[in-house]
Amino acid sequence: MFRPALTRHHGASQALHAVRRGYASHGAASKARLNVPTDYAKTPLLHHSSKSVLGMQGLSDEARNGTTSRINLYQAINAAMAHALRTDQRVLVFGEDVAFGGVFRASMGLQTEFGDDRVFNTPLSEQGLVGFAIGAALEGMRPIAEVQFADYVFPAYDQIVNEAAKIRYRYGANADVYNAGGLVLRMPAGGVGHGALYHTQSPESLFTHVPGMRVIVPRSPSQAKGLLLASVQSPDPVIFLEPKILYRAAVEYVPSEAYTLPLDKAEVLKEGNDVTIISYGTPLYTCQNALTAAEKDFGCSIELIDLRAIYPWDRPAIVKSVNKTGRCIIVHESMINAGVGAEIAATVQDKCFLRLEAPVTRVAGLTTHTGLAYERHIIPDVAKVYDAIKRTLDY
Amino acid sequence: MASRRVVQALRGALATPPLRLSAARSRVCFQCQQRWSSVSQRQGSDRVNFPGAVNSSFTTDLNFQRATEADAMPTYRYLDQEGQVIDKARGEPDVTDDELLGYYKTMVTVSILDLIMFDAQRQGKVSFYMVSQGEEGIGVGSSSALRNDDPLFLQYREHGVFFQRGTTLDDFIAQCFSTKDDTGRGRSMPVHYGSKKHHVHTISSCLATQLPQASGAAYARKIENARNPNKDEHRVVACYFGEGAASEGDFHAALNIAATRSCPVVFICRNNGYAISTSTLEQYKGDGIASRGVGYGVDTIRVDGNDILAVREVTKAARALALSDGGRPVLIEAMSYRVSHHSTSDDSFAYRAKVEVEDWKRRDNPITRLRKYMENKGIWDEEKEKQLRSDARKQVLDAYRKAEKEKWPPLANMLEDVYAEVTEEQKEQLVMVKEMVEKYPEEYDLDIYEGGLDALKSTVEAQR
Repeated sequence: MFRPALTRHHGASQALHAVRRGYASHGAASKARLNVPTDYAKTPLLHHSSKSVLGMQGLSDEARNGTTSRINLYQAINAAMAHALRTDQRVLVFGEDVAFGGVFRASMGLQTEFGDDRVFNTPLSEQGLVGFAIGAALEGMRPIAEVQFADYVFPAYDQIVNEAAKIRYRYGANADVYNAGGLVLRMPAGGVGHGALYHTQSPESLFTHVPGMRVIVPRSPSQAKGLLLASVQSPDPVIFLEPKILYRAAVEYVPSEAYTLPLDKAEVLKEGNDVTIISYGTPLYTCQNALTAAEKDFGCSIELIDLRAIYPWDRPAIVKSVNKTGRCIIVHESMINAGVGAEIAATVQDKCFLRLEAPVTRVAGLTTHTGLAYERHIIPDVAKVYDAIKRTLDY
Repeated sequence: MASRRVVQALRGALATPPLRLSAARSRVCFQCQQRWSSVSQRQGSDRVNFPGAVNSSFTTDLNFQRATEADAMPTYRYLDQEGQVIDKARGEPDVTDDELLGYYKTMVTVSILDLIMFDAQRQGKVSFYMVSQGEEGIGVGSSSALRNDDPLFLQYREHGVFFQRGTTLDDFIAQCFSTKDDTGRGRSMPVHYGSKKHHVHTISSCLATQLPQASGAAYARKIENARNPNKDEHRVVACYFGEGAASEGDFHAALNIAATRSCPVVFICRNNGYAISTSTLEQYKGDGIASRGVGYGVDTIRVDGNDILAVREVTKAARALALSDGGRPVLIEAMSYRVSHHSTSDDSFAYRAKVEVEDWKRRDNPITRLRKYMENKGIWDEEKEKQLRSDARKQVLDAYRKAEKEKWPPLANMLEDVYAEVTEEQKEQLVMVKEMVEKYPEEYDLDIYEGGLDALKSTVEAQR
């Protein structure tokens, strides 16, 4: 039904009427009960009131007693960068097309407010702009560098893996003066339904194999602001992967004042006793939808954990949860092979072996590239997570 | 050719202190991205105003541009091979006799250190070594013209830079032996030294990665310079690399971003003819590295790297140029010959004739050239030479013997400094290491580490 090749056997005009095509981001199958689009206006994973977000754990007193505004993810990133630029003259913001506001609008208005010397475009060279950011950090700046899409971080892989990640270790006693603290590499990541091979990737596991970098994925505007501000202050370099499908979709109340969230702590989003689901970024919404259906259908109680810090990750929190529930499912968008789920699954079987009542299950991207027309089958959906819950409970 | 024009301009700048800069270069600091606006083609104009190449004239001649050998950028020099000043009209260089003696002493000390450490590797005392023979003049000459707090990024064959900055033999040799006194805490291969005291960034093995970092570091300095009204404290960044490293993508990235962001950085290329076994004929087809600088809009000069006074003079002018207009990058290509093997893991006679090497050693060499100059001036003689060589040898051997006795740093160092804080996962791994060495004491020798097993135990205890 979705194969464009079919249209060639019919007349062009006939085909226009005959084929009902939709990218993964457009709607769902007509009879779908599980695979329906996330209603971001109602999901419990976002703060739909001021009161709710001001009650968030770890807020500064200033933020807790301040005002809020209802903004989306790119606006929260923008607010965090504006705050960092305003309060610390060492902060710089740069990358490809950052000056006019960025292709996802995250740096909008920053150059006007803070000037061309602190917010600027770089030539189109990822290895160049990341190397430049490392050098600026070594000489005392706190650069927030943008890689336009995470898919294009690979030219800078050498600078990240061999340089940024190893700087503190290599500099040894010199690292108290020369280090890459304050270096933040922001990059939009993840599927949007029609990004195909080079506008969809989630390369986090390629960085979790590299000691020295912190890898962070926020799931919401309030989280993005707190985690990005913490990243700028961090003594360690940070890879900050922003789920780009949430830039406009995820809207919630966010504290107007500055605050930071811890860079090494998972967050329990929902407590439960029968299964632990661990995820991060966009698939958390998928998991939330799946567990709502599963709890209703199977009468079970599911614990949902947002990993938040992908590396170094909060091993004690995960182990504690699985030791309680005895069952564990890990969900992420990127490929299953040697993905983040593999590391978590191995750790869980090592540390929770006597408590496990079912195999640790991974629901993750298929071992292929995200071909444009096939994305909805490649990336985990609600039905796949729902089925994994069922299989895990039935085991 | 564009290269010729720039060389002419730079020559002028070098010849007449204070530095003369060509007009039409007065870009305001931080207006790096401003450019003439492009205006669509006016009726009857003989020039094109495409946004990508403003002010290009039209032509009806279908000519492909090709650089010929005649266009090769000239090589600036001050002394000839006999240590005589070539252009008598230029007068004596701006160097005191004491400074000259200091440079000479540093070059000779480095060459003796190299010989002793090379042999130390051959005897298995250190795991690896790289000498800088034939290139002592580039390191010492260039760094003598920089401020002592100008941050430096090196490749690995610039020992002269360290010693000109004030690094002691003890410090350098401690690094090679990975002793507890190594600032790098015994983590890097020998020669990968760094010093915050002397503003030298720690060397990494990856070629050319330091180049875009130098551009970014220079941008940081540019911002600090702009905030500091005292011009005497303004700083540049200098970045060294070989001609082989210039083939890496990072070279391209670094020069381009330094030019577009107007960074006060001096790129110093050591073109010594070889990248391990690969000769420059297989490395590039154009006119060396210098011709590329012009293409990036970077002021460029080529200098005789065996002429320490020319290297010094060129670097001094480049530093001033780099600080002009709020910041601009400069490229120096210093020509030399890699007299030594690439490293202790290389036998270079497998790919080049011994006679070629001997020829360079005998006929042209930065140390003998400066020695001849000093002898011509009457400030050096055979007696002083003998004394210097014997003193330097003794100093190197003293430092060597001291380092040889030292232990490696405490074992727990292997898991520290990956992050600012040791992670929960790393703490668990350190406990595993401790348990292994306690369980299998015959399998592991912990006495080679400072503090041995006791230090490991107390670190584990402290992390609880």
